[in-house]
Amino acid sequence: MTPAAERELTPAELAELTDPGAELARTWTRPAGFLGWLRDIDHKAIGRRYIVTAFVFFGLGGVLALIMRLQLARPDATLVGPDLYNQIFTTHGSTMMFLFAVPVMQGFGVYLVPLLVGTRNVAFPRLNAYGYWVYLIGAVFLWVGLLTNTGPDAGWFMYVPLAGPEYGTGKRVDVWAQMVTFTELSALAVAINLIVTSLKLRAPGMALHRMPMFVWASLITSVMVVFAMPAVMLASSQLASDRLVATHFFNAAEGGDPLLWQHLFWYFAHPEVYIIFIPALGFVSSIIPAFARTQLVGYPVMVLAMVSTAFIGFGVWVHHMFATGLPQLGQSFFTAASLLIAIPTGIQMFLWLAALWRGRIRLATPMLYVLAFFFTFLIGGLTGVMVASVPLDLQVHDTFFVVAHLHYVLIGGAVFPLIGAVYYWFPKITGRMLDERAGVLSCALVFVGFQLTFFPMHQLGLDGMPRRIFTYDEATGWGPLNLLATIGAGVLGLGILVTLINVWVSRRRGAIAGSDPWLADGLEWTTSSPPPPYNYRELPTVRDRYPAWTSPPDQPVVHGLGRRRPEILITGIIDAEPDHRSELPTATLAPIAAALATGVTFIGSIFTPWAVPIGGALVTVALIVWFWPRRPHRDEMFEVSP
Amino acid sequence: MTAPRMSMLDPGGRQAATIASLWDVFLWVSIAVFVLVVGFYTVAAVRAVRRRRHLGDGNPLAEDPASERRMIRGVVAAGAVTVVALLALLVASIRSGSALAALEDDADALHIRITGRQWWWHIEYEHDDPRKTATTANELHIPVGRTVHLELTSSDVIHSFWVPSLHGKKDLIPGRLNRTWIRIDEPGEYRGQCAEFCGLEHAKMAITVVAERPEDFAAWLAHQREPASPPADAEALRGQQVFNGSPCVLCHAIAGTSAGGRLGPDLTHAASRTTLAAGALPNTIGNLAGWLLDPQSVKPGAHMPATSLASEDLHALLAYLEGLR
Repeated sequence: MTPAAERELTPAELAELTDPGAELARTWTRPAGFLGWLRDIDHKAIGRRYIVTAFVFFGLGGVLALIMRLQLARPDATLVGPDLYNQIFTTHGSTMMFLFAVPVMQGFGVYLVPLLVGTRNVAFPRLNAYGYWVYLIGAVFLWVGLLTNTGPDAGWFMYVPLAGPEYGTGKRVDVWAQMVTFTELSALAVAINLIVTSLKLRAPGMALHRMPMFVWASLITSVMVVFAMPAVMLASSQLASDRLVATHFFNAAEGGDPLLWQHLFWYFAHPEVYIIFIPALGFVSSIIPAFARTQLVGYPVMVLAMVSTAFIGFGVWVHHMFATGLPQLGQSFFTAASLLIAIPTGIQMFLWLAALWRGRIRLATPMLYVLAFFFTFLIGGLTGVMVASVPLDLQVHDTFFVVAHLHYVLIGGAVFPLIGAVYYWFPKITGRMLDERAGVLSCALVFVGFQLTFFPMHQLGLDGMPRRIFTYDEATGWGPLNLLATIGAGVLGLGILVTLINVWVSRRRGAIAGSDPWLADGLEWTTSSPPPPYNYRELPTVRDRYPAWTSPPDQPVVHGLGRRRPEILITGIIDAEPDHRSELPTATLAPIAAALATGVTFIGSIFTPWAVPIGGALVTVALIVWFWPRRPHRDEMFEVSP
Repeated sequence: MTAPRMSMLDPGGRQAATIASLWDVFLWVSIAVFVLVVGFYTVAAVRAVRRRRHLGDGNPLAEDPASERRMIRGVVAAGAVTVVALLALLVASIRSGSALAALEDDADALHIRITGRQWWWHIEYEHDDPRKTATTANELHIPVGRTVHLELTSSDVIHSFWVPSLHGKKDLIPGRLNRTWIRIDEPGEYRGQCAEFCGLEHAKMAITVVAERPEDFAAWLAHQREPASPPADAEALRGQQVFNGSPCVLCHAIAGTSAGGRLGPDLTHAASRTTLAAGALPNTIGNLAGWLLDPQSVKPGAHMPATSLASEDLHALLAYLEGLR
């Protein structure tokens, strides 16, 4: 025996021999303490923060909705006056679109995509953290605006000239414009991360044709974000410069054009609807195989349907502008495009139907929400076909009919699958089950409350009730249906509350979930719940679309990645063949510092142009720290590649 | 008098009737699709739930490839039906669009110009002799049986002209001139209100359309083209002096007098109109007094400032304004 073998093992070496995960855990666990929390760049932490923050703003936006419903419950009500009402409905729309719907979908992407593709983190973890902090600052900024009577008040669409310098006086519109800049910056950061993560970090063997549907949905959505968000950032910056430094992009009197704003805004805002909706399609396609115990029917068709929805989604924006007096031939083109988009969505509805037809359904809460989605989204889709028609749209545009339509599409089409997804993945995220009885109760309340709230609004719109009015005259006869809608909103709110309480209670006291409580098919169910900081002890390989159902015990795993440094495996775009190892950056305060500097720039620019050079300098300093080259690791000289 | 009509499903004019019949087509197609899809989903779900109960979890990987092919055939068939239905709806929609455009060729159309203001409607019936242009506000009189060509613009923010029983919307956009054509065949009153969010009092920007027999309309228009009737008695005369000596004249015009403001509604025949403040109040003397003294309580944010007048001045002013028939 050599002396070296006789010496006692250090505790670290002992731990490494008995538990090979310990060293991985040391490498991937965030630093301790509050500062460590701020430095965290783990995708699971950032994803959870996105989801929790987005749901907080969902709750706040919901409270605003209830205030509006109380105000409209009866004619000539005086609960809130027009000034406050306008701030409330603008903040409600902006919160739900910018601070809830997009971030929550992206948050699920950030949390799930690395798990679903079998890697350890997103491709650009520091950018990911930066995106979250920027989003948080923008979101808080909007709400500080509302609470200090500086809430934007010209509608979430901010039509000029009402939002321009002449009619939108004060700082209210500026708050909105910069909130948009914040949130779109954050959305772009996530989108770039998800695109690269899903194309380059997939487990060996997970060729494109085996990629999970939710990863497809995230990838497609992220590509849409890359094309749509710059349009609105451009537009909101033009609006801000019209307001702050007297440019005239949208001023008709000086050769600008108010319709330019509408084109730029809807060129972003219609795809925005699909940016919210396509991830929900991914949720539905993930929940159905698990709860109907069947493979999806027509996987390639489903992927192509989502891709074509994304493409066509960029060609329909003018259907928001039919009443602006555009030439008739052009309008017919947009009618045709808007009807066309019903085809891929319809095909997906039929493919899911086919999967259910041959499946064996277990009626757990996620599946109930998916069934509620089918019913509700179908109605929203049909009214969507109606508003695609120019003559019909001229009547129902900007009325409560459209309020009904958009909530059927966004709540029925996106929020129902989202809540289903919460019930589905909560055990994975927290390690505990949500209470099933409370889940069923919440689904029933949400479904009934939703229909009571929004179905009557179709009739109100046909009866001439325009949107965005703070009150109405008794003689209009709109009172009874509005009262019904308000009662429904109370029931709907109660249903959401049941789920929120369920989440709050179950995260500590729920039944222990185990790694795969649903007998589901995705790769994420093969690791523990909650997943360890490094996700998978050995990076998995994949041989088909349903790894958790099919993988034999001898399924190969990836060897050869360093455990002492955050190494990941880069694979090929098409076939996910192993390509090379790459090292991810470590936790640092640079992202939050850069986000704060960005915040100083954007918020300060509302008050003085000097904020731009000063904030720019601060951002530069933060970025220098961010990209400062790492000192070589002490072990690097000795470590032998395993 | 019955309440003014205001529903796209209760058409009073040719354009709205065209759209209402298109609505019927879309509605019934939608109901058919809804019943079919929900029916299939219900059957599928009930079958699948029963199968789980009776047969247990099963093996999802043991799907028969032939069943997948059958399923795909079914989906293709359903997709084909969807495409056909959508094409049919597209054709119906475009045909309705052409029917709506048919009125544009009517050479005998009556031209009226409407300018949107925060938060009221400025209405002008033009005449070859500019002095005979009739100017009014918030109450659009039109003859039945004749095409009316509305020229729409705005002098502040974007508004939208919408009278559901007559036609769909058309926006009033600063710097642009939009056009819409309507035709009413039954006399009656139709209500509409601004449909594009335009600020604080968007909710209180109503317009009343009064459709009259051609002879009634001609008489009404001839009267509107006249200057204001002179004050009828001493009190009204004093009221005119109050009007001309107060800030009222800065914003309001009364044809035939020295009042020529252009910021607020033309008051030449204000007393002949049925409402005050763009439909916010019925036009009664009591409401008028309340509106003059405290407009913000009626329409918070309205650009009309409060008037502080001694009691006798107020009564004289009311007498004068009530005489502007």
